[in-house]
Amino acid sequence: MTCRQRNQLIIYVVNTVLGLLYLSPLLWMVASSVKPESRIFSDMTKGLAAFVPFGFTLENYKTVFRESNLFHCIGNSVFYVSILVCLSLLVNSMCGYALAKFQFGGRNALFTTIIALFVLPLESIVLALYWIVYKIGWNDTYFALIVPFAAKCFDIYLFRQFFLDVPDDLIEAASIDGAGQIRTFFQLVVPVSGPVFCTVLILDYVAYWSDFMWPLLVTMSDTKKTVQLGLQAFFTEPPIYYGPIMASLVVSIIPMVVMFLFFQKYYVQGIAATGIKG
Amino acid sequence: MKQVSSLKRTPVPYVLFFTLPAVVLLCCFLVVPVVLSFGFSFMNFNMLKPQAAFFDGMENYMRVFHDQTFYKTIRNTFYFAIVVVCYQDSLAFILALLVRRKFKGVGVFRVAYFTPLVTSITVVSILWTFIYNPNPTQGLLNAFLVKLGFEPCPFLHDPKTAMNAIIFMSGWHSAGYHMMILLAGLQAIPNELYEAAEIDGANTFQQFIHVTLPGMRNVLIFVVQVTMISAMKLFTQPYVMTQGGPKESTKTLTYYIYQQGFQFRNIGYASTISVLFFIIVVTMSLTVKRIVRQK
Repeated sequence: MTCRQRNQLIIYVVNTVLGLLYLSPLLWMVASSVKPESRIFSDMTKGLAAFVPFGFTLENYKTVFRESNLFHCIGNSVFYVSILVCLSLLVNSMCGYALAKFQFGGRNALFTTIIALFVLPLESIVLALYWIVYKIGWNDTYFALIVPFAAKCFDIYLFRQFFLDVPDDLIEAASIDGAGQIRTFFQLVVPVSGPVFCTVLILDYVAYWSDFMWPLLVTMSDTKKTVQLGLQAFFTEPPIYYGPIMASLVVSIIPMVVMFLFFQKYYVQGIAATGIKG
Repeated sequence: MKQVSSLKRTPVPYVLFFTLPAVVLLCCFLVVPVVLSFGFSFMNFNMLKPQAAFFDGMENYMRVFHDQTFYKTIRNTFYFAIVVVCYQDSLAFILALLVRRKFKGVGVFRVAYFTPLVTSITVVSILWTFIYNPNPTQGLLNAFLVKLGFEPCPFLHDPKTAMNAIIFMSGWHSAGYHMMILLAGLQAIPNELYEAAEIDGANTFQQFIHVTLPGMRNVLIFVVQVTMISAMKLFTQPYVMTQGGPKESTKTLTYYIYQQGFQFRNIGYASTISVLFFIIVVTMSLTVKRIVRQK
């Protein structure tokens, strides 16, 4: 065995062991979600049996469907996150485009301000934001979940950086052909900017889907609860059974898994891009 | 700036049409709240009695400097941030090194390390509350510890171990994210550098010290900074897993803001803590190299 082959083998072994350890909590979650309650506990003391779906049953999933409003919460989250992300793509791409391609007084000042607002942690303004939303009368409505977050400095920055690389000739050609700025943007620039839209879409989708603090503050009624709050409520209401809660966790991640299957490439690119730029 | 557009001056109505929606939203829901937060921080303002609100100068700031819980939350937050940076970022770096080279099945391993990210932090917090259950017949981790002949550990139920348990879980959840950033950095190091080092007789370890580390310097600084700042905002894990307990050992700054503002409805005092939190985070962001260098 050569040195290179030996190194290769070591990398395989280490990766396999670490990968399995890494996935073990999630494997346990999935395996437990399809086990009868008593089996979860008896298998736990038998070592690796905890990760194997012995005594397969879908009873836990039926319980979740019958006794919790989790499916309703997932619907809520899909609904409001989708609207929020669409709105955010529209508003931020337009602003990013203006910052990249328009000539106007105060452009650099606006861009610098937006960069400066990056560092502002949401957690430090959450009280004042809550007070504003409360005063407008949006408390416990979808507006409170959507409108305050439609404009996002980081997204504007990402869009601007992308649009900078769109050739000016292309835009000039369109204006010579008599297309106005608005038509140029929506019919010419947007169609060639798929990658940046996909990147912002998946980054925002993941962020808003996982958001916990803000929905906790502004939603009150059960019918408006987001998926994370629904899980938290189901988890804290006694009696606590492992099986149904595991099933609810598995169900709640399905929409994210679907999004990742479609957009994983752009998510990874988006993350990688943030690092290279830094 | 690298590229100045050669297009001529844009008519004002177009500029407004494109920028106004974002600018108005940012003003209403970002700039105004900042101003309000500063204003509230000088007020005695209870959400239940908004009519009775009044300015009382530095009173809240005086109170905060004598508030033992505040100091405790600062200590907890920094403890979490510093330990999580060391542990999570080294883990991410090791993972990135393990899956750097292209080999058969490397994609499977990359996805494995990345998978926890696909679940939300709420999901993993609930899952790990079960894993950390102190009873060896109900908690997965303790079941294994007992099987291997160790004493069961109380994890989330002991002030000494609760924060560490949260740190261990958080690192596991997020390391894949930073692994991706580091992986991109590793792949940006030109292969010729390694080949040259090999010709000069450098072994794998020497290559790591003299080629990999210098090449990764900027990316590593960036990752540490990002991890540190997001760690300062720790809220969901203590909220779901421990409610800040036991004995306030996992109560963080943001949890304290939440508690003062929304459980006790003490908007004024909570805003004072928010302002201090804001100053801490902004100072941290600015002292390290600027996050985003203009292109």
